[in-house]
Amino acid sequence: MASSEEDGTVEEKENNNKKRTKSALTTAWLTFYNIAMTAGWLVLAMAMLRFYIKKGTHKGLYRSIARTLKFFQTFALVEVGHCAIGIVRTSVIVTGVQVCSRIFMVWFVASSIRQIQNEESVILFLVVWTVTEITRYSYYTFKLLNHLPYFVKWARYNFFIVLYPLGVIGELLSIYAALPFVRRSGMYSMRLPNKYNVSFDYYYCLIIVMLSYIPLFPQLYFHMLRQRRRVLYGEVIVEKDD
Amino acid sequence: MDILALEAKNANVADAEKKPTPKPKAKQPKKAKRIVYFEVEILDLKTKEKLLLLDKVEPTATVLDIKALFHKSYPKWYPARQSLRLDPKTKSLRDEEVLQTLPVGTTASFYFSDLGPQLTWGTVFLAESVGPLVLYLMFYFRLPFIYSPKYDFTSSKHWVVHLACMCHSFHYIKRILETLFVHRISHGTMPLRNIFKNCGYYWCSAAWMAYYINHPLYTTPLYGQQQVNAGLYIFLFCQVGNFSIHVVLRNLKQPGSKVKKIPYPTRNPFTWIFWLVSCPNYTYELGSWIGFTVMTQCVPVALFTLVAFIQMTVWAKGKHRSYLKEFRDYPTLRSSILPFIV
Repeated sequence: MASSEEDGTVEEKENNNKKRTKSALTTAWLTFYNIAMTAGWLVLAMAMLRFYIKKGTHKGLYRSIARTLKFFQTFALVEVGHCAIGIVRTSVIVTGVQVCSRIFMVWFVASSIRQIQNEESVILFLVVWTVTEITRYSYYTFKLLNHLPYFVKWARYNFFIVLYPLGVIGELLSIYAALPFVRRSGMYSMRLPNKYNVSFDYYYCLIIVMLSYIPLFPQLYFHMLRQRRRVLYGEVIVEKDD
Repeated sequence: MDILALEAKNANVADAEKKPTPKPKAKQPKKAKRIVYFEVEILDLKTKEKLLLLDKVEPTATVLDIKALFHKSYPKWYPARQSLRLDPKTKSLRDEEVLQTLPVGTTASFYFSDLGPQLTWGTVFLAESVGPLVLYLMFYFRLPFIYSPKYDFTSSKHWVVHLACMCHSFHYIKRILETLFVHRISHGTMPLRNIFKNCGYYWCSAAWMAYYINHPLYTTPLYGQQQVNAGLYIFLFCQVGNFSIHVVLRNLKQPGSKVKKIPYPTRNPFTWIFWLVSCPNYTYELGSWIGFTVMTQCVPVALFTLVAFIQMTVWAKGKHRSYLKEFRDYPTLRSSILPFIV
C-alpha cells in the first residue's frame, strides 16, 4: 500500500498546487489509516497476551477478542477502495482477494462456528495475523512519513517467509475442524425443492475453499518473494553506491 | 506524405545516373522502371536480437506478405501468431498495411512478438455453442450419475421443463447455424487459452442451469402457466429480433470489402430498434435470457443473465464508442445497449 504520490516539482505551478493539495490530503488520510490499523492490531496483540497471562489457557481467548477482531479486519475493506481510486498502487484484485479471504475466515468460519473457537489452529492464525498486520501497517506508516527504519523494512519482507505458511496451516486446519459441525447443522445451506430452484451446500463450499488454497497460496507467496528480492536487493545496490 | 519521400528517395538513388536535364519522352521507355526495394529486418521485441534480414522486398508488399516470409524462416510462427510493430511501444501493425506507406526508410525494422497458438474465432464460437447444447440435453435426459439413480432416464412431469429444453436447444442451434452461415467475422484469430476460458464459462453455466431446471425436485413458476407463457413470448420475440439484426449486420458489408458502414433500420420491424440502440443484437440477446429466466424461475439462470448483461454492456459500449469515433454523423439518439439508459 505504498503511497503513489509523485513529487510536484516536475509540473506547472497550477497543476503543482492542485497535485500538492491532493497528495497532502491523501497522504494525511493514508497515514491516519495506517496508524489506526497499527494501533488496532497492537490492541489485539495486547488483549491476547493479557488473556493468556491471566488465564493460562487459550480457551475462551477468541470470544474475548472477537468484537475487536471483527471491527479491524472488516475495516480493512477500505484498502480495496484505496486501490480502486488509485491512491495506492496495488492491484484491486490482489488486495480484494486477500481482504475477502480474511473476512471470510473471521465472519463465516471462526465467529459463526462456535465449536472451533477453542482450537489451537484458530490461535495459530490469530497470532500470525497479528504479527503480520502490525509489521505491515507500521511499515506503511513509516514509509508515508519518510522515516522508514531498516529493521521495519527487513521485518516486513522477511517475517512473511515463515508467517505466511504458518497462517495458511492455521486457517486450513480451522476450516477442516469446522467441517463436521457444518455438516451436522446444515448452516448457510439451502436444499431443494424451493421456489428459487437453486441449492447451496456450505459443507462443499468450504471444501472448495480449502482446495482453492492450492493454486492461490503459491502465487501470493512467490509474488511476495519477488517483491522481497526487488525491495531488499535494490536497497543493497544503493548502499554500494553510497 | 510518404509518396513524396519515396519520390525523393527515388531521386536520390537515381541521382548518380540521372542526367541533370531529363528529356521525359525520350528517356522514359529507356529508363528501366526503378523499383526501390526495401530491406526489412525483424527484431525480437523483448531481446532486440536480429531474427531475420530480408532484402529485396517489394515496396508494395503488405505486412501479411512480410509475415509469410518470416514464417518461411521460422515455420513454428505462422502469420496469425505474429505481431509486428514499428516501435516497441506502438500497436501491432494490421495485415493490410503496405510497406511503402509506412513511416520507414528503405531499411525497415519491425519488432516481432509471439501471440501464442491461435484459433479462428469461428472455431471458438462453435465450441462455445456446441458444449451447452449437448450438456443441457444430457441433464434433460437425466443421464446416469447426475441425479439419484432412481431418476435415471426418467422424464419430468412438468410441461415447462420440456419447453425450457426446446428453447435452450433452439437458442444454441440457432447460434451454431449463424456462426456457420450468417456471421461475417472480421477478426482473424484469438489466443488458444481463450478457448479454455470461454468454453469453461459457457459450459459450466449451461450445466449449472440445466442441473436445476431438469432436477426431479424442480418447482414450477409461481404464477403458473401465465408466467411460463409470458417468458416464452419474450424469448421468441427476442430470438427473432436477434436473428434479424444478425442478418442486417451481415448485409452491411460486402465480402472482402473493408469499408465500414453505419447499420440502419430496414423494413423489418425488428430492426427498428436501430433508431435507439447501437448494438441491438445484444439487447435482444439480453431479452431472450430475461424471457428464459421468467419462464423457468431459476436463480442460476438469473445470475447467468446478469453476468451476460454486464459483459454485453461492456462490448456494446466499446462498439458504440468506435462507431462514434469512425463516423462524425453518427445518429445521436442511439445508446449502446439499453435505449436511453446505457
